[in-house]
Amino acid sequence: MNPFAYSAPTDTDAALVAIQTDFNDSMPNRFLAGGTNLVDLMKADVMHPARLVDVNGLPLDAISETADGGLQLGALARNADTAYHPWVRTRYPLLTAAILAGASPQIRNMASNGGNLLQRTRCHYFYDVGVPCNKRDPGSGCSAIGGVTRQHAILGASSHCIATHPSDLCVALAALGARVHVQSARGEREIEFADFHRLPGDTPQHDTTLAADELITQITLPAEAAAFAAHSVYLKLRDRASYAFALVSVAAALQLDDAGRITQARIALGGVAHKPWRKPDAEALLHGALPHDALFARVADALLEGAQGQGQNDFKITLAHRAIIRVLQSAVVGTLTNRDEGDASAEESLQ
Amino acid sequence: MTELIEPLKTPTAEPGTGMVQPGMSVSRVDGRAKVTGAARYAAEHPAADLAYGVVVNSTITKGRILGFDLADALRVPGVIDIITHSNRPRMRPFKLSYKDMTAPGGFPFRPLYDDVVFYSGQPIALVLAETFEAARHAATLVRPDYAVEPHETELAAHLHRAHDPHGLKAGFAPPPKEKGHAQAAFDAAPVKIEAEFHSGVEHHNPMELFASTVIREADGHLTIYDKTQSSQNSRWYVSHVFGLSSRKVTVRNPYVGGAFGSGLRPQYQLPLAVMAALKLKRSVRVVLTRQQMFTFGHRPETRQAIKLAAERDGTLVSIQHDAVAETSRREDYTEVVVNWSGQLYACDNIRLSYHLVDLDNYTPIDMRAPGAAHGVHALEIAMDELSYALQMDPLALRLKNYAEIDPTKNLPFSTKALRDCYTQGAARFGWDQRPAAPRSMRKGNEWVGWGMATGTWDAMQMFARASAVLHADGRLVVSSAATDIGTGTYTVMAMIAAASMGLPMERVTFQLGDSTLPVAPIEGGSSHVTTVGSAVEGACEKLQKRLLKLAKALPDSPFAKAKIDEVEFADGTLRLRARPEVRIELPQLLQHAGEARVEVKYLMLPDALKQRKYQRATHSAVFCEVHVDEDFGTVRVTRVVSAIAAGKIISAKTAHSQITGGVVWGISQALHEETLQDHRLGRFMNANFAEYHVAVNADIHDIEVIFVEEDDRVVSRLGAKGVGEIGLVGVAAAVSNAIYHATGRRIRDTPITPDKVIAA
Ligand SMILES: Cc1cc2nc3c(=O)[nH]c(=O)nc-3n(C[C@H](O)[C@H](O)[C@H](O)COP(=O)(O)OP(=O)(O)OC[C@H]3O[C@@H](n4cnc5c(N)ncnc54)[C@H](O)[C@@H]3O)c2cc1C
Ligand code: SF4
Repeated sequence: MNPFAYSAPTDTDAALVAIQTDFNDSMPNRFLAGGTNLVDLMKADVMHPARLVDVNGLPLDAISETADGGLQLGALARNADTAYHPWVRTRYPLLTAAILAGASPQIRNMASNGGNLLQRTRCHYFYDVGVPCNKRDPGSGCSAIGGVTRQHAILGASSHCIATHPSDLCVALAALGARVHVQSARGEREIEFADFHRLPGDTPQHDTTLAADELITQITLPAEAAAFAAHSVYLKLRDRASYAFALVSVAAALQLDDAGRITQARIALGGVAHKPWRKPDAEALLHGALPHDALFARVADALLEGAQGQGQNDFKITLAHRAIIRVLQSAVVGTLTNRDEGDASAEESLQ
Repeated sequence: MTELIEPLKTPTAEPGTGMVQPGMSVSRVDGRAKVTGAARYAAEHPAADLAYGVVVNSTITKGRILGFDLADALRVPGVIDIITHSNRPRMRPFKLSYKDMTAPGGFPFRPLYDDVVFYSGQPIALVLAETFEAARHAATLVRPDYAVEPHETELAAHLHRAHDPHGLKAGFAPPPKEKGHAQAAFDAAPVKIEAEFHSGVEHHNPMELFASTVIREADGHLTIYDKTQSSQNSRWYVSHVFGLSSRKVTVRNPYVGGAFGSGLRPQYQLPLAVMAALKLKRSVRVVLTRQQMFTFGHRPETRQAIKLAAERDGTLVSIQHDAVAETSRREDYTEVVVNWSGQLYACDNIRLSYHLVDLDNYTPIDMRAPGAAHGVHALEIAMDELSYALQMDPLALRLKNYAEIDPTKNLPFSTKALRDCYTQGAARFGWDQRPAAPRSMRKGNEWVGWGMATGTWDAMQMFARASAVLHADGRLVVSSAATDIGTGTYTVMAMIAAASMGLPMERVTFQLGDSTLPVAPIEGGSSHVTTVGSAVEGACEKLQKRLLKLAKALPDSPFAKAKIDEVEFADGTLRLRARPEVRIELPQLLQHAGEARVEVKYLMLPDALKQRKYQRATHSAVFCEVHVDEDFGTVRVTRVVSAIAAGKIISAKTAHSQITGGVVWGISQALHEETLQDHRLGRFMNANFAEYHVAVNADIHDIEVIFVEEDDRVVSRLGAKGVGEIGLVGVAAAVSNAIYHATGRRIRDTPITPDKVIAA
């Protein structure tokens, strides 16, 4: 861990000034929220901010309704508070389910929504400063390719980086069509969730399209996404029952008409790519159709089109295919919130 | 050792605990100190003028250090010094000086001795600073320059280099000679199976990080708080490596936050902290990081092949078991992997072999149930496979081949209540309800399966000394340089002493964790109760005799004619067995005798002549239920019954906890644990707790522990055998066998991760 300057402004404008103070590209200043990812990475000598701007004092932790009836999640609202918020639970149970499938209760109590979006990959080689990594040290090479790749990407990878984005929360946000509200001294803007994270291409050092001086202030969920509340399921497959990152996760949300036809469908995959993976044309296969397994298999084919393993992680393609089908079957029946973590009865409704 | 050593902060039972007997359930005496934080671990002992050391590890796997660029690191404010092989204080060069009490054959690693790098993550420098933060930052700025040489870390790629192990190691016995003609019997038999097994590298990862706090006194004496399973082993090592007399070094380990074998040998933070204290002439603390916990000993990757053959009625006619494991280039780490296969089942033809491949890794080290964890695992899966080949119930097959005597040594067992384990475990589990065919039980999307396995481990006894001091105020202080790695040593030893002396437990204190206390073995191999416990009871017996002598000498003593077997120590008194109203309170006895304290010392030597005539072992039968989602390869172990035969159980609660913990570990071994190595780099890649998976609460469901009756006076005078290891052995095999019963998929490779289940 390197020495760093630290400030804890209490208003947003001051934070936006502080982040620019003595900005140095080789040791970029960072906002500090729950610290559950950033502080770890500083200790591992992976990230070296010259200055930490602690944003925990900013008034950005509210969860409130937007003018059009959607929901606004403060960037500093904690993952746990978000998951258990009554409006989130009732209108966007997919989000509750995804958050509760992640990390541990203690980490979810600390982790902020903004920080969750910006958490970095869990690629072993990214964490090991003794080996090259393009994401950590652009141009040094990707050590993961040809190495220990059980957890790596099967979609959207490049010859420069095969890392995955590890978040669960983001998978649900992608499915629900969230928007990310950001602010810098230069002004405010909104980013479609699909455009927030990026594929590695030849610049894997950039996880997102956020600029270094931009602060996430809010994440909004559109009002119409609440229409998925009755048919949404988040399934996370991992190496142990809790406290492990996804090998593959699937968020699915459906709307059904009285005849049992699917009118709207959203599916996002986690653990498979550098960003939550969505394919509107695959979702469109479901629109207007009666649910059945062969159709779900076609949807899975479409979602996984072009999937390519690294050898050790080839199984993820099979796993993802099966998980998509299972989740769609389950979402047709109802909704799961993963609220009773470790409780067999909650799991059994999916089994 | 007469008075309490104040810094040990020895825990004593809560007031009101009262009288205890062996076999009772008593809450651990160190519980309060641990949960309130009063218990201090190696990194937590304060010292004036403390310097902090942070270790720099090699990023190459093999080669030489050409030099270091230390300029930036030395510029960090607060940095005092950086020790490397070129400026370290004097260390002895000899191989023998680095041999700790459990060193295997070979030449132990000498940290910072020279420029040679022989494994990835090897300590190559120690940064010393006034603060931990400064040292940690400066450590990232140390820039070594290497001449890299090619390395070999992949076991599978180097099996052709397999060789017989050289040298001896405590607890290791080479495989016995072939009995009968195993291959010929195999060839001729009507029913047979053969299978290959693989188990990956595992790291112990106790909660407490390895740490040493070296407190240097003005006269140069070093008091070292070390994370170790033996204060005396660490003391011995430091004295030999640095040429310091035993009087100049005291090592303490009053509290150890788990170790599981990783503390059987001194780890590198100890010599590094000592050399810093010697060089700086001040107190030094070195704490390893979690990542650095993956840079020393581990359970070795092991490949095994088993062939079993039987008559159609299930009678075993041939057992063949071959194992190849990795070791380092420097030492031949050995463990008993295959010998169990010559011990568990009656069979006339048995051939066992065990070989090592030297790789560019650090030397492996014993990890809970070393050898048995994987060796018995493979055998018990093979037995399960054979049961299906025979169309015989797996439990019936084991009973059919029950070994009444040790089949390779032809010795009787000192005690063996394994049959009771089978019967009681099966009854509790409901084994008789098990449908024979795989893929018979389904619930929702999951297949349900039941599996079982046998476990075994050695019942060992070493030698130990103990002292016992009765004070005139009624307190009894018993001491031995034992260790409590969380196992409950404090509790069980105090129980033994209290029960023996008839004192309420809160009046008894057991002191451990200091190298100056009476000699005790390293805490390992499940032998602390049989060894130290017997020494404690022996010391108490000696104390009783001494007290009776005092009582007899009192004026007009009612005990004047009493022999030792005519009196008893109960209710805090010495009294006549025949007339219990004739009694004297022990403090009164000392007062009347004019003694402030009565002290005895006792040496417990195992009765080797008697023990040699028996095979001595603990046994278990493990039954388990799994739910498997075959689409995803996910496995849930929903129910485990572990029936244990481990001699007399002295401390019921801590023994129960040991077995439960062993079962949890077994589930972890079966499903989760593996350190993944990138052989191109020679590095362990998942070296942290987010990525090195152990079972978490959500993975653990019902676990039931049964202790069957056993009382073994050959292994120890207490009747006890030891419970540290046995709880783990066989669990992973039971899980694997249950997965087969659930799905018909046989997985012989641990850990059984989802990818392996869907591929099987
Ligand atoms: C052991 C472990 C297991 C985990 N398991 C899971 C899991 O299974 N699933 C899962 O989804 N997550 C998991 N997590 C990750 C966890 O969710 C993230 O660490 C957490 O969400 C990060 O939030 P934070 O507030 O602590 O962020 P910080 O660590 O404070 O910050 C992370 C990054 O975000 C930036 N940042 C924070 N807030 C803002 C803002 N408002 N605007 C701009 N930049 C900002 C910081 O500068 C930093 O770069 C796990 C973490 C750990 C340690
Ligand atoms: S996959 Fe990406 S993060 Fe991992 S080593 Fe390669 S470049 Fe680095």
